[in-house]
Amino acid sequence: MIKPMMGNHALSYGALLSRAQVISAYPITPQTQVVELLSEMVADGSLNAKFIKVESEHSAMAACIGAAATGARTFTATSAQGLALMHEMLHWAVGARLPIVLGNINRAMGPPWTVWTEQTDSLSQRDTGWMQIYAADNQEVLDSVILAYKVSEKVLLPSMIVLDAFFLSHTSEPVDVPDQEKVDEFLPPYNPELKLDVNDPHAFGGLTGPGGYMELRYLIQKAHEDALIEIEKAGDEFHKIFGREYKLVETYRTEDAEIIFVALSTVAQTARIAVDSLRKKGIKAGILRIRVFRPFPSETIRNILKNVEKIIVYDRNLSPGRGGIVYHELSAALHHGRLDTPVWGIIGGLGGRDVTPKDIEEMFLMVLKEEKPEREIIWKGLKK
Amino acid sequence: MKYKKEGHYIKFESIEDMPPMAVSFASTLYNKTGSWRSELPIIDYDKCILCMLCWKFCPDAAIDIIDDKPVINYDYCKGCGICAEECPKEGALYMVEEKK
Repeated sequence: MIKPMMGNHALSYGALLSRAQVISAYPITPQTQVVELLSEMVADGSLNAKFIKVESEHSAMAACIGAAATGARTFTATSAQGLALMHEMLHWAVGARLPIVLGNINRAMGPPWTVWTEQTDSLSQRDTGWMQIYAADNQEVLDSVILAYKVSEKVLLPSMIVLDAFFLSHTSEPVDVPDQEKVDEFLPPYNPELKLDVNDPHAFGGLTGPGGYMELRYLIQKAHEDALIEIEKAGDEFHKIFGREYKLVETYRTEDAEIIFVALSTVAQTARIAVDSLRKKGIKAGILRIRVFRPFPSETIRNILKNVEKIIVYDRNLSPGRGGIVYHELSAALHHGRLDTPVWGIIGGLGGRDVTPKDIEEMFLMVLKEEKPEREIIWKGLKK
Repeated sequence: MKYKKEGHYIKFESIEDMPPMAVSFASTLYNKTGSWRSELPIIDYDKCILCMLCWKFCPDAAIDIIDDKPVINYDYCKGCGICAEECPKEGALYMVEEKK
């Protein structure tokens, strides 16, 4: 059934169809509608779940952790400062190996107070061990929730579905809502081997000395490596049932491309207009959208980029004192493969500033003129 | 079940053998936490007035009442000294250095 819906409601429908059993959240713009609709679904009985109201995002994640530890399927959503407040509990969810799914609406960090899109909030959480999936349209938002539970419950890691504030969160698009029976077939109930159970008591997360901690961290890393395979496998199965295909990355006109533009989220969709226009002018441009940022698909990215002449990485985020976060992650992956392709690390669109096809075309034209980047950080659209 | 081990001291032989998260498989029947103790409480039953305040205050339920007398369970007493602090009778319950 095709329904027009905004990205926030696509998250709600994803949790509904996945039959989330416990939802705990605290409202924050631009996330509020996600849990507002879920609370209505729980109230009218269309979703059989407990909705736990809490006093902060830290508590919301703590409630999800407690519920997930008993084997319940849990969901929450947040944004920016709310995600930052969850930080301690985000680590806990990973160490306890709980497959919680969280929707994060990318919003720039304050101060100054802001509500518009930027990726620094979620990318700041990259080292917690959560899987991170960056969606580029509302259909992908809904589908990614279902896919995330499938993979998370397999590898025992939590997943974060990330979408741009307003460009997706508050923009309505036609979304094909899958049939519940088909989702049930794809995503059976979650029943972990080890869980909190009064009839089979265990203590979880207890003191672990230097003799065991390192191995537990290794197992988290290994689970991420397994997830690279599981994400593709789940994507294939999803494709067979629902007819839509999701992979670690998405490419556009990359087969014979000489310059590839790399980005997360909706900017990569905007870039299609620029690439089509450049192609008409005879410039072999292409796009690589990194859909899954954690686990980082280094090998997949190297394979796509190995034959190109120039790479542009567009970061709608900033690690102050270092630069664009995706730029540095990607450069490290290239270096491991001994690829010395020049990479232009461009920062722009911060705090929700608009990024137009013209802006992206200008980036390509600038890169065409240069042999290698003059600076490690190139600012696009900065006022003089 | 891959990780199921029955209640006694468990040593994981390899990383494949480990559960994904820190989880206890045995109960405290096997995990005798009294080994943490550096000070040992002693009851002098000649001086004890059987008020049972030590039993009441022990935060780890490591004092039992057996035959109407308080008896310290050294398998689980961690030597915090609260019992000795709360004991109202001079010299009836005191701490000595643990020698092990």
